Amino acid sequence: MDKLSLADKTQRPKAINASEIQSSGYTINRRNFFKLLGGGVAIALTHSYVYAWQELGQSMGSALPDEESIAAWIHILEDGSISVFTGKVEVGQNIRTSLAQLVAEELAVPLPRITMTMGDTLLCPYDQGTYGSRTTPYMGPKLRKAAASLKEALVEMAATQWKIPKESVQAKDGQLIHSGSGQALDYGEITKGKKILLPVNDQAALTPPQQWTIAGTSVPKTNGRDFVSGKHQYVSDMELPDMVYGKILRAPSYGASLVSAAIEKAQVSANVTVVQEEGFIGVTAPDPQTAANALAKIDAQWHAAPQPAKAEIFTYLKENSRQNNNEDPAQAEARKAFEASTIRLEQRVEVQYIAHVPLEPRAAVATWGDGQLTVWTGTQRPFGVQEELAEAFSVPKSSIRVFMPDTGSAYGGKHSGEAALEAARLAKAVGKPVKVVWTREEEFKWAYFRPAGLIEMAAAVDDDGLISSWEFHNYNSGGAGIDLPYEASVKHIQFHPSRTPLKQGSYRALASTANIFAIESMMDDLARQLKQNPLDFRLANLKDERLKGVLKAAAGKFGWEKEKVADHGYGIACGFVKNSYIATCVEVAYNRSSEQLSVLRIVAAFDCGAIVNPLHLENQVMGCVLQGLGGALFEEVDFKDGRILNPSLSSYRVPRFADIPPLDIVLLDRKDIPSAGAGETPIVGIAPAIRNAIADATGVKLSSLPLIPQGLKLTN
Amino acid sequence: MATINLTVNKKKYEVDADPQMPLLWVIRDFIGLTGTKYGCGIAQCGACTVHVGDAAVRSCTIPVESVRDQQITTIEGISKDGEHPVQRAWEEIDVPQCGYCQSGQIMAAVALLKSNSKPTDEDINESMTNICRCGTYNRIKKAIKLASENG
Ligand code: FES
Ligand code: FES
Repeated sequence: MDKLSLADKTQRPKAINASEIQSSGYTINRRNFFKLLGGGVAIALTHSYVYAWQELGQSMGSALPDEESIAAWIHILEDGSISVFTGKVEVGQNIRTSLAQLVAEELAVPLPRITMTMGDTLLCPYDQGTYGSRTTPYMGPKLRKAAASLKEALVEMAATQWKIPKESVQAKDGQLIHSGSGQALDYGEITKGKKILLPVNDQAALTPPQQWTIAGTSVPKTNGRDFVSGKHQYVSDMELPDMVYGKILRAPSYGASLVSAAIEKAQVSANVTVVQEEGFIGVTAPDPQTAANALAKIDAQWHAAPQPAKAEIFTYLKENSRQNNNEDPAQAEARKAFEASTIRLEQRVEVQYIAHVPLEPRAAVATWGDGQLTVWTGTQRPFGVQEELAEAFSVPKSSIRVFMPDTGSAYGGKHSGEAALEAARLAKAVGKPVKVVWTREEEFKWAYFRPAGLIEMAAAVDDDGLISSWEFHNYNSGGAGIDLPYEASVKHIQFHPSRTPLKQGSYRALASTANIFAIESMMDDLARQLKQNPLDFRLANLKDERLKGVLKAAAGKFGWEKEKVADHGYGIACGFVKNSYIATCVEVAYNRSSEQLSVLRIVAAFDCGAIVNPLHLENQVMGCVLQGLGGALFEEVDFKDGRILNPSLSSYRVPRFADIPPLDIVLLDRKDIPSAGAGETPIVGIAPAIRNAIADATGVKLSSLPLIPQGLKLTN
Repeated sequence: MATINLTVNKKKYEVDADPQMPLLWVIRDFIGLTGTKYGCGIAQCGACTVHVGDAAVRSCTIPVESVRDQQITTIEGISKDGEHPVQRAWEEIDVPQCGYCQSGQIMAAVALLKSNSKPTDEDINESMTNICRCGTYNRIKKAIKLASENG
């Protein structure tokens, strides 16, 4: 029998090999590349090559890397195995699989030969982060180009070795084949003894998507088995020898400041350490429960600061927003056209704060040794966290290694490094490795939310049913997706940043969900006023062929023209974000006696250019639609006096099995168009489609998100 | 502190812990089986699902002393390397996205199929109440049906 107490913990086999954690302090560059990684042939992609420079600059601030520094590389080792290094990270969107497919395709190697090394600040080149649907459109094509260049270089090497023209060498299945003699050389053999680092050859020919055999297919998730066997080690599962668990004292409300704290009582046993450093109080203990018990014994006095409540949030956001004093001429013109119209509408839309609720909360393991800090943490920005740590502890970035193992999701909610900083601070104070895993409650209270927003708009149509005026103001939630995809004679569109009382940040599709909800609600109501079919009204006001394409595809699959049963309603909505296009159709049913509204079925049509992995794309679309369903129907953060009132999964409702209606996804594979990301856009169609279907079934025109947190009552 | 005898995945352990400590933490932090996950700590998400006997339970709210001498099974105990029919179905349908909820989902599904070898959609909706924030619900349903067909 195994006898276990916490004292035995160190005898258990460890998840992490201590030798792995020695941070070498190197950052990899062209000079030390092979010294660190072994021989072979490699190709390096520079930053200026991967990203349009101006765009990169905006989001990166001071962290701008040297233009010519490496952004990713592909390395064929002497044993023929292939390593791809990128600072991108995997959070369930399956880019570990899709990027490997693209490389395998262009390099002409079997997929299993490829290992993706991702999200490790020591081994991977700088990357600003995995967000904004940038991996597929930016990193994807450049890795393809790099792989294709590498393949051409190998062909040339073989041709030289065999003293034949390169046209007589074919690259296939990881081998170079002499087409005359049929002689074959493995990639590994030709790279043996070599140390060649090549630049990307922009002239290298890419395999057109029409001829893809590995990319474009539904290969299963890389390491899929580890995720069904429970073997995959998330950060929250990791353990280092001698590690202790940390808990942090939190304020009772936002804006509260610490007046005094009696920490003595927290010293519940000899193996508990209390750490107090200007405004920060934390404890460590050999297990999380003891740490939590110790923390609870701290007697702290706080000074609360007044904070706005949910009930007044939209007034607050508008009052605190940036207004322009001088009216824009376009605004005056839009007003004039609006006043002159007979068919016109004004609307106000309110969108509540919502939470990401990644199922794995924030977690980090940190350890210091010889002035080197190593941190494992679930973040979409490992290099950003490395910078945060460097600043907080005044150590050079080269002494800090941040590593992100594939993480329990993020959805835009893990851009920051809170847990990493906390674990590193405690580890430094107690001189031992420390693990910090946030509780669900901490995740709800101290992470950040998707912004709340107020939208005010006014629109008019002329006698031909075309939009003659469009005025649109978004307060606080953001400018993403704010542009009108429809044609309009005059328009004035403006985002007014405001002061948010709750911490807000990135989220799948950002403000596109709010803005497109507002746009598509307005479009439907205008169509109704004109007594036009909402689909026809949209098509008549659209020029964008791809948006029209998804609208028609969704409507076709849905049976938009079909008769509907009494008290059932159909709704449609569309939108595009960052070069991908979604249209969503929904059927709802309203039961008047029970006052129950149900979403009966959803059809979503999506076009993101050439599809890299159809199954995984469908999964991403489905994940977006279902996450969007929560924000559409019932998700909202409740708050008052600086306190989150529903910080748990029993009071903050997310979609579950029983909430999920039948969902049909139509994927338009546009092999003629470069692939775009898919983790965001499909979320934007579901809320307005449901809202429009409810209006169709009941005549009730809802104007806030979530739509029906308390169900739908037609009476009162 | 008390000494508690536990049987996890057919192996016997004697654990020296607070009798009120949730089973989840004993499984993860004492025994070191980390396939069982924490997601909420209040029996809402199902990430911590294990079996006590044949029943799926949420280990985050079960005091360890209440399962003394009972048969506890975790994701690591249903097969050596993911070859349980339910895990195979999961792999075949390629269910996981981030994967964090999937140990719990699989444990809930295994228990469901033990009590109901041919579950309908309604049965699944009713008994599978685990949260998947990545939205893999439809594939989970498919995988449960596939596992049920494969017997
Ligand atoms: S952690 Fe036990 S149900 Fe969520
Ligand atoms: S796969 Fe990510 S939470 Fe279920």
